[in-house]
Amino acid sequence: MWQAYEIPTSVEEALEVLARYQGTAQIIAGGTDLIIELQEGKHSVDCLVDVTRIPGLDRIEQQGEWLVLGANVTFRQIKDSPLLQQQARVLSEAAATVGALQIQTVATLAGNLVSSLPAADGCVALVALAAEAEVATQNGREWRPVSDLFLAPGKSAVDPRQQMITAIRFPAAGPRQGSAWERIGRRRALVLPILNCGVSLELDGDGQSIKWARLGLGPVAPVPFRAQQTEAFLAGKPADEETYRQAAEIAANEAQPRTSLLRASREYRIEVIKVLVRQALARAVEQAQAG
Amino acid sequence: MEPKTYPLTMTVNGRQVTVDIEADELLVDVLRDRLDLIGTKIGCNEGECGACTVLMDGEAVLSCLIPALRAEGRDIQTIEGLSDGEALHPLQQAFVEYGAVQCGYCIPGFIMSAKALLDVNPHPNRDEIKEAIAGNLCRCTGYVKIVEAIEAVAEAGE
Repeated sequence: MWQAYEIPTSVEEALEVLARYQGTAQIIAGGTDLIIELQEGKHSVDCLVDVTRIPGLDRIEQQGEWLVLGANVTFRQIKDSPLLQQQARVLSEAAATVGALQIQTVATLAGNLVSSLPAADGCVALVALAAEAEVATQNGREWRPVSDLFLAPGKSAVDPRQQMITAIRFPAAGPRQGSAWERIGRRRALVLPILNCGVSLELDGDGQSIKWARLGLGPVAPVPFRAQQTEAFLAGKPADEETYRQAAEIAANEAQPRTSLLRASREYRIEVIKVLVRQALARAVEQAQAG
Repeated sequence: MEPKTYPLTMTVNGRQVTVDIEADELLVDVLRDRLDLIGTKIGCNEGECGACTVLMDGEAVLSCLIPALRAEGRDIQTIEGLSDGEALHPLQQAFVEYGAVQCGYCIPGFIMSAKALLDVNPHPNRDEIKEAIAGNLCRCTGYVKIVEAIEAVAEAGE
């Protein structure tokens, strides 16, 4: 499948190896998606560049207003991080729904972004958090909104044969902010979601109305979906059941899920979107009011 | 041209081993085909069944998704490392006593997942046990007895 395996100890060295192979080497992080793709012969590489031993990329830390996660942070680390449970519950809960423990232990959030699948729990949660990814090339590093990175199913704007993600960041939850994750699958582990939904929001000073909300949904489009009509509707609305119900209708309408043999019928999935959006909004508001 | 080989040195069941392997070998294949440790099973070979679960530095991982060269310098535990001669490991003994084994194919994976849990959390509750083995599938539907067997070890443990 591949003839060479390099284990660089710095980002610069990893990028140099990629450059040397001129597009026939590829970054591997956890590898839980990539190994399967290579086994299936979906694409081929001459060399894998294993970045998991680059020091310093496994940190989760607060830097001012940002929460910053190094590129080697795994779903297991995210799930177990008290900081993220507190400050980014939507991501923490999403991480706990990825695959199963053995997957969570090795799979990384950065890898999830580069795999760019519309159902990816990590990606949908990051959409809800308005996250950014730091992309490193030989010319330097830049922060890009994650929503700009999803080009098509399985295709990311980050080309793992030339670039690598070095970090992911999103704003730490401030006062009167909350977030939540909801997901339904055929069983609770080892399955892709029939639907998933991430919400983050902030309440106004009185704690009774929604200042802004951000909603991610998957898989309802070729890429992780941001429900912008629903977000626009929610701004300024009272934080109550009637608002959640109306928001759920709008979300189901703008998301337009399809019938999928792997998942479920369109009709069923529309009803599921409504339930997940209502539940996620209610739980996010509850957290915002408590915090 | 002969494919380039890489020396891989790792600790397997407490013993340091070095094998020459090709770049694209997966950990499960090195364990089974080069070290003859065929207790680790290949079920789906795509990370969905848990039959190939082994411990790497104490954590349960799917050896069918781990490039073997990533195991360089790591500590690997497989089902073969559990018993002490003829004396079964408490988890193995409990699986026998509770009838938690039917066809047996998935059991090495279940036991390694359970061991990863008990090594860090000797007294898990039922939900923690279920979470620890959620990544392991048993198609003989023996989950109840498997959970009971692990629970028995958890209760008996120090």
